[in-house]
Amino acid sequence: MKTRYSYGGDEHIFVEMDEEMSLDAFFKSLAMSNAIKDADIDGVREICPANASFQVRYDPDVIAPEDMLAKLKEMEEKAINAEKRLQTRIIEVPVFYQDPWTHECVMRFRERHQDPSGTDLDYAARINGYDSVGAFIEAHHSAPWFVSMVGFVSGLPFLYQLVGRDKQIEVPKYLKPRTDTPKQTVGYGGCFSCVYSVRGAGGYQMFGITPMTIFDADQKVSYLKDFMVFFKPGDIVKWKPIDRAEYDRILKAVENGTYKPRIAEVTFDLEDFNADMDGTNAKLMEALNDV
Amino acid sequence: MTFEVVKPGLLTTIQDLGRPGYFHLGIPEGGAMDRAAMRIANMLVGNPEDAAGLEAVFIGPELTFQHDTLVAVAGAEMPVFVDGEERACWSSFPVKAGQTLKFGYLKTGARIYIAFAGGIDTPPALGSRATYPIGALGGFEGRALAAGDVVPVGKPGAKARERTLDRAMLAELPKPVELRVLPGLYWHRLTEKSQEQFFDDEWKVAPEADRMGYRFRGGRPMEFVERDQPFGAGSDPSNIVDGCYSYGSIQIPGGTEPIVLHRDAVSGGGYFTVGAIISADMDLIGQLQPNTAVHFRRVDMDTALSARAERRDRLEKIRSALT
Repeated sequence: MKTRYSYGGDEHIFVEMDEEMSLDAFFKSLAMSNAIKDADIDGVREICPANASFQVRYDPDVIAPEDMLAKLKEMEEKAINAEKRLQTRIIEVPVFYQDPWTHECVMRFRERHQDPSGTDLDYAARINGYDSVGAFIEAHHSAPWFVSMVGFVSGLPFLYQLVGRDKQIEVPKYLKPRTDTPKQTVGYGGCFSCVYSVRGAGGYQMFGITPMTIFDADQKVSYLKDFMVFFKPGDIVKWKPIDRAEYDRILKAVENGTYKPRIAEVTFDLEDFNADMDGTNAKLMEALNDV
Repeated sequence: MTFEVVKPGLLTTIQDLGRPGYFHLGIPEGGAMDRAAMRIANMLVGNPEDAAGLEAVFIGPELTFQHDTLVAVAGAEMPVFVDGEERACWSSFPVKAGQTLKFGYLKTGARIYIAFAGGIDTPPALGSRATYPIGALGGFEGRALAAGDVVPVGKPGAKARERTLDRAMLAELPKPVELRVLPGLYWHRLTEKSQEQFFDDEWKVAPEADRMGYRFRGGRPMEFVERDQPFGAGSDPSNIVDGCYSYGSIQIPGGTEPIVLHRDAVSGGGYFTVGAIISADMDLIGQLQPNTAVHFRRVDMDTALSARAERRDRLEKIRSALT
């Protein structure tokens, strides 16, 4: 990993931990952005952590760009020694794979796709070496995921699968972004899964849809009363495949205010995970299954 | 106090100076595209500069007033009429209950700002009344105004009186239009030839230019420095591991059409960026019409900071003259 610093115009500094995605890069970025938050530097306006990078927005009338840069570099030392352990939560997110709504959208934007002859799932399964769409879907939901960034629009989570590099799924983004994506589509681009929090433009491949609302500006949804955005970086997600009947039932429960997402408090330690991925994931699942 | 929307225009939204602080969740700062014009419109009616008003793009709305108030219009050049009688832009004027505010055809610029003494008084969302339609947040029910909407306005403040701005105090628009760029971010992904070409070529504002971003076309396609794509980025040479975007940053998906992210920017994504428009030139983008010819000009940090200071001083002079 080699840290790279760059100005983004006169109001931002962008810090990239690594060009590649890894949990090590994520944890270093998180540690650095937390250290900057704790340092409470005069002139810092916003800190945005991302997958393997972060960005600071500052007011150059309060702190000169080169002074801001020097402060950020000081933080790197602290971040290297920071504990790579998170008190977090694991959440079960129901997914209706191959649903009619994303399927309609998949077909509507076929000419913008790498392979117009099939579906996004056919394509993703094939280029990742799976014999069938079913086997590919199973790989997508069998191991849990880690929320490594929240952003794009309105609280959209980017998720990185908790498996070794050899088991990671990778797909390109659409050749030309779509102008439409159904709300709550479960998508995929690069090595990241995502949930489209609202309807709108998008370039990720579309695999399915969740009935679980994850952004509510009016904060009427029972589990979004404290804040309108559901996910935060560090959350762990387990997709649960569901059928149409279950989808309809959950959708109704969210609307009625009776849906309670299945959540367990857990600790995630990066070194433990790197030492034993299957064992760590099994413990995470035990915590979730105890709920 | 209220006004009613008779015709909404093309896209008229409630805006103020925005809601910084939530970009890490994908909720942009938002607020007026041309912030100086919004500030000046508010100064003209004696409001705090961050009071909420209207931003209308290309076509002005038609509004009828249920109460007497004081109104000012700033930004683009667009004739203003109260019950058919023309009023001057960059000045405040009284409007009586029952009267109608209307606009003529746009002459120059792209966006007008309409301030009302007392400011628009819709409920704030995350500390701002700015409309963010993608998240259905802020403004009037989280959306652009529609015919029949009745919009609440606060009571005129103690400083509400008629004022006129001396237009000589405004910055002159550079012709041809130049947007100053501080190269950086993933600038190194372009070949030297493409780096030069980016500044040499003439670009034109594309029809896809909105509050989220301004797209440009007409320049030659970019070439990338060859590399094996990093794990997690995606296979296109313009792809990166999804990261945060700066306001004003310039992404070039596929290396063809640059997009400058503006006030309603997406907070991150998987396309490389070549640097950012300097803060002093962000307002200007909000006044560019489609098809306007634009050159990007390379500047360093010192130039960016002196342009920022110049802009701040100019606004301070206007503030002293109007308050």
